[in-house]
Amino acid sequence: MKKQLMFAAVLAAFAGSAMAEEIVVYSARAEQLVKPLIDAYKKETGVDVKLVSDKEGPLMERMRAEGSNSPADILLTVDAGNLWQASKMGLFKPIKSKVLDANVPAHLRDPKNEWFGLSIRARTIFYNTQKVKPAQLSSYEDLADPKWKGKLCLRTSKKVYNQSLVAMMLSEQGPAKTEKIVRGWVDNLATDVFPDDTKMLEAIGAGQCDVGIANTYYYGRLMEKSPNLPIGIFWANQKGKGTHVNVSGAGVAKYARNEQGAVKFIEWLSSDKAQNLFADVNMEFPVNPKVKPDPKVAAWGNFKHNLINVSNAGAKQAEAVMLMDRVGYK
Amino acid sequence: MLSSARRWRPVAALVSLVTVIPLSVILAALASPDGAVWAHLQHYLLPELLRNTFWLVLGVGSGVLLIGVPLAWLAALYEFPGRRFFNWALMLPLAMPAYVMAFSQLGLFDFTGPLQSWLRATTGDSSWVPSIRSTGGVVLVMTLAFYPYVYLLARNAFASMGRRALEVGQSFGLSRAQGFWHVALPMARPWIIGGMTLALMETLADFGTVAIFNYDTFTSAIYKAWFSLFSLSSAKQLASLLVLMVFVLVWLEQRARGRRAYTQTGRAAPLPRLRLAGWQRWSATLWAGLVLLLAFVLPFGQLLWWAWQVGAEDFNADLFGYALRSVLLSLMAAAAVALVALALAYAQRRDPHAATRFLARLATLGYAVPGTVLAVGVFVPVAWLDNLLIGWLDGALGSGVTSILKGTLLVMLLAYVSRFLAVGHSAIDTAMGRITRSQEEAARNLGYSGWRLLRHVHLPLLKGGLFTAVLMVFVDVMKEMPITLMTRPYDWDTLAVRVFSFTTEGQWEHAALPAVAIVLAGLLPVIVLSRQKDHA
Repeated sequence: MKKQLMFAAVLAAFAGSAMAEEIVVYSARAEQLVKPLIDAYKKETGVDVKLVSDKEGPLMERMRAEGSNSPADILLTVDAGNLWQASKMGLFKPIKSKVLDANVPAHLRDPKNEWFGLSIRARTIFYNTQKVKPAQLSSYEDLADPKWKGKLCLRTSKKVYNQSLVAMMLSEQGPAKTEKIVRGWVDNLATDVFPDDTKMLEAIGAGQCDVGIANTYYYGRLMEKSPNLPIGIFWANQKGKGTHVNVSGAGVAKYARNEQGAVKFIEWLSSDKAQNLFADVNMEFPVNPKVKPDPKVAAWGNFKHNLINVSNAGAKQAEAVMLMDRVGYK
Repeated sequence: MLSSARRWRPVAALVSLVTVIPLSVILAALASPDGAVWAHLQHYLLPELLRNTFWLVLGVGSGVLLIGVPLAWLAALYEFPGRRFFNWALMLPLAMPAYVMAFSQLGLFDFTGPLQSWLRATTGDSSWVPSIRSTGGVVLVMTLAFYPYVYLLARNAFASMGRRALEVGQSFGLSRAQGFWHVALPMARPWIIGGMTLALMETLADFGTVAIFNYDTFTSAIYKAWFSLFSLSSAKQLASLLVLMVFVLVWLEQRARGRRAYTQTGRAAPLPRLRLAGWQRWSATLWAGLVLLLAFVLPFGQLLWWAWQVGAEDFNADLFGYALRSVLLSLMAAAAVALVALALAYAQRRDPHAATRFLARLATLGYAVPGTVLAVGVFVPVAWLDNLLIGWLDGALGSGVTSILKGTLLVMLLAYVSRFLAVGHSAIDTAMGRITRSQEEAARNLGYSGWRLLRHVHLPLLKGGLFTAVLMVFVDVMKEMPITLMTRPYDWDTLAVRVFSFTTEGQWEHAALPAVAIVLAGLLPVIVLSRQKDHA
């Protein structure tokens, strides 16, 4: 014990420790989107929130390697697929919170209460207003119709947003039908798939293609920068089950040092006070139904959300990736 | 004699551990393959990614030679308009993260870019322009990003022995062109091949650039298996295939270097440069200018334009903090890598046994492993050791303790060494190759041995190589992302981390400002180095 104590004394100088009153957040949501919230929380409560940001894959590997000595209190990430995966890796602990149950609709949180959506990201159809009339558009499935041959633009299937979209289709329509749809998309492609949504939207604006699928906040950002681009937004599948929505969300780390603080922080993030800050900074939609979206976002109109639980995106993600590989959606 | 040589082998073994441990973590799960996922990858992805990787290696390999070697030859031996400027400016593409360069080139030359938009506006058609999002496009962009490795190492070689090679050639009645092909080029081969190997290792490890072009290589498949299919074992299987390929590559490098001793005969005063006459003068300028335009001026101009657009809202005092951290960290990492590389090269010198050479090969493999994969490989054993230590101390530190080694500078530096040792080693080892046995013998006869031998004989002769090593590693660490993200302390951002957090959200305009700062910080050592070279 003496040896240990001596060693401890030497180490104490630079050993990192998690103070009880601070919260450590591991975040795969871009730092500039999280920082404003942390600052606001500190201002309101005086609690220090420390941030570690990285991509979701390495972050989860990191938590797994750290095991019970992980300093993380919260894992915050985008896409239900990632949240589901973190839950499967056993990185979360379930939380009981009346506040969260009230603020986060049931389809936007984990059925086991391990994670909670905090902002909604809608993935829908965009079109070139000079070439396409909204009346010609209807659903994701319709984009597989040969009438769109050589007119469709898509982002790469390597992005989790597309994987989640296809995973949701898998859980609603089964593998055979989904494969036919995705194959139809690939046949309709106007050009190679794009590395990101913005590039794809720009291609629609430049007339390289007529239609495409993207997350709405990329559209919001692009139009803010170049308001004259002839790109329109169309809410997909309004006559069916509704537009595909996904979340960015958070859960309490299994080995959280400050569980109470972590729960409080997530509750605060879902509250009226923080929801606008959380969503508006990136032109996303609040999860809390009592909170109105940013006026710029609200201007795109109301739409019917697909109410299937977003955790389905995770369960079917690997299957979706393999399906897209099979039909040559790169 | 033998026993004193043997003493150096453990040094090489110790150094190689820095890379061998993370690599073993990566490759460990080979015994438990994931049948279904592996079969899927094999059937749907492997054929294409092997084909893609083949063309990429072939294309970038010959591309960096075609651009790097002639430029090095011109810059080292000839006088042409702008020579002094091009001499250092041609290294600049190194200072820009390759994926940032790729993104701005995509922005410039793709359908929606200014070139094709202008063509459509004036001629109504741009469909004849070959798409940049193609094999040719990705090869071209990576060639432009990585040719400076060949240029830098080959120029040093030509500068120190090119003239002499030509003189020898002339004395045998060879023309200048013949002298280049028959004397100078073979003599400079180890440097040229060394530079090409670095370019190819970086090509194989690259994720960002191929992702922007959606060009599937081993790296993209590793990421897919790991982070989309969540099959760690398939990812590791792919990674081990990749490491095997790299091993073959470095083995070929070794063979290409051959068993010759490349030595420098004395240090003659620098001879006057050869003057190019007439159209040759200007075509040299034109060629160097064209390469610089495509590889640096255009993409950097695009960055500046973006940075300008958002400059007012983004520019603040924080930027200096990020820059300071980046520079300090890169300097320390460069010094650490150079030291370790020196120890390794010296160990190889003292103990020129195949085993030592093999250990050195192992130690430098980290440069060809995708950054994120290596970062996880480094982190896992460190976290394991931390858990062990914390368990052993059993609360003696207080229950809040979660890390001892994690997040310390020591771990960061070790991780950088495992990543960038190849870069430092390449420059130092080739320089070491120029010190003759007879020089060492002479010093020994004068009573120098051990540390004093290294200090008074080798170090002065290695100065150029050490300097090159420090420069290249400095610039590389400035750009490095995955390891920095994984090993840095809380809230501790560098310029590269800032670039990451904006590009991950597709906010390239905002990423431009820190990227410009990376280039500017990288510019300084490049200029200093070129001055040093000019006076050396």
